[in-house]
Amino acid sequence: MNLDSLLPNLGEWLRGTGPESDVVVSTRIRLARNLADLPFATRATATHKADVIRLAKEAVAKCGGAHPLEYADVQAMSPLDRQFLVERQLISRELASGLDGPRGVAFDPTETVSVMVNEEDHLRLQVLRSGFALDEAWRDIDRLDDALEQRLAYAFHTQFGYLTACPTNVGTGMRASVMLHLPALGLTKQIDKVFRALQKINLAVRGLHGEGSRAFGDLYQISNHVTLGKSEAKILDEIREVIVTIMQYERQARAALMKERRQAEHDRVARAIGTLGSATMITAEETMELLSAVRLGIHLHLLDGIPVTAVNQLFIHTQSAHLQKLAGHALGGEERNTARAKYLKTRLRDLDSHK
Amino acid sequence: MKCQICDAPATFHLTDVVNKKRRELHLCERCARERNLIPEPPGPQIDLKALMGLLTNPFHAPPALAPEPAPEPVCAQCGMAVPEFKATGRLGCSHDYEALRPALEPLLERIHRAMTHAGKTPRAVRVSEWKRRLGAAVAAENYEEAARLRDLIRAHE
Ligand SMILES: [Zn+2]
Ligand SMILES: [Zn+2]
Repeated sequence: MNLDSLLPNLGEWLRGTGPESDVVVSTRIRLARNLADLPFATRATATHKADVIRLAKEAVAKCGGAHPLEYADVQAMSPLDRQFLVERQLISRELASGLDGPRGVAFDPTETVSVMVNEEDHLRLQVLRSGFALDEAWRDIDRLDDALEQRLAYAFHTQFGYLTACPTNVGTGMRASVMLHLPALGLTKQIDKVFRALQKINLAVRGLHGEGSRAFGDLYQISNHVTLGKSEAKILDEIREVIVTIMQYERQARAALMKERRQAEHDRVARAIGTLGSATMITAEETMELLSAVRLGIHLHLLDGIPVTAVNQLFIHTQSAHLQKLAGHALGGEERNTARAKYLKTRLRDLDSHK
Repeated sequence: MKCQICDAPATFHLTDVVNKKRRELHLCERCARERNLIPEPPGPQIDLKALMGLLTNPFHAPPALAPEPAPEPVCAQCGMAVPEFKATGRLGCSHDYEALRPALEPLLERIHRAMTHAGKTPRAVRVSEWKRRLGAAVAAENYEEAARLRDLIRAHE
């Protein structure tokens, strides 16, 4: 597969138009599944892994759906292509560079559905959707799971449920996560309070790039921790309830910002756009911080002429593998900062002229 | 109640069943934290290795609760044993859930506060369960139930 064909497009999940998209960027559900008669990754030989891939490819090819999934061999890929798929959220960092041996990913052209093969579990099914869409994501992944199960014998235990390589995933094997943009809670210094409350109720909070990563650009992922002893519907209900509450807090904080310091916020947003459009060198981190201000500015109507989709595109295209693909060759750290600034300047000028 | 390590007031209590023996741990917050049993923010994941170590090698279990030395369980399929699982946090194959059950159950209870799946079941498993119940319904001459199950099976096979 030539991944360059993905470059001009944006995955469906980055449309920026789903339900509650002023706060919720995207919804993702993952299911961990293993095949009954093959050892888990730590015990699997290259032959076992090749067997998993063969079986998975056959099942994926026959599982139909509106958009067929196409398989890409991650082991054979360049490090740049692997990073590119990580930035598009189609594969995990682990599958990209934390593992050896035969492994891959099948995904559809809209980048809504993907199936990682030979990650920590034999299969990791994933559905990604724009906005707050837990029910839709569950419906899609449940259907995909049923279709795959017709052709694959899953490792399932009547007491423990779907068996996984790590006991933290056993049972439903389901991890649902919702990515939130919470700039106003950050600005009003309430974010830590919210997260302390979340940890008490056993939900995990992470930055954009998963475990331990700092929340650049005010983006946070909230996901369930428990996978055993509750039904999928119950787990999703619990997350939903919490997300609804956090959305309320964020919107209240936004309303307070507009009431108490509208002029200062307007200034901050204007400066962010100014810097993005005029810098000659800029890091990925600074870009994310500034785009966060722009995104908030759009939702607070402090800024017009820039659609949220364009902000999302800037956000993806200014990450390092995307920049290098756009440039057509590898770039060092400093070169990346220059290329990023140039890209931002050009894109913002285009948007401005289309107003 | 006092901490089993340092005699400070115990605020962290853990009860688990290991090798069918009930085992209790009572620790003060400092001692529990030193053993990584309380997750540090922001990572809400419990430290699996630390917990396994404590549950399978109790440093200080009262004699009445001490387990009888049992043979170390090993998976006959892949050779996975508790020490290796403790070291890596990853299982070797799906049979380990049975083979290492005595070590896994207390761990699952700690991680999920549950030991029994309550979610989706693969279609093949649902159908075989209906077939079993169909056999029972026929044997009990409960023909209404048998007809219902037969329809269910037909619709899902
Ligand atoms: Zn103590
Ligand atoms: Zn095994």
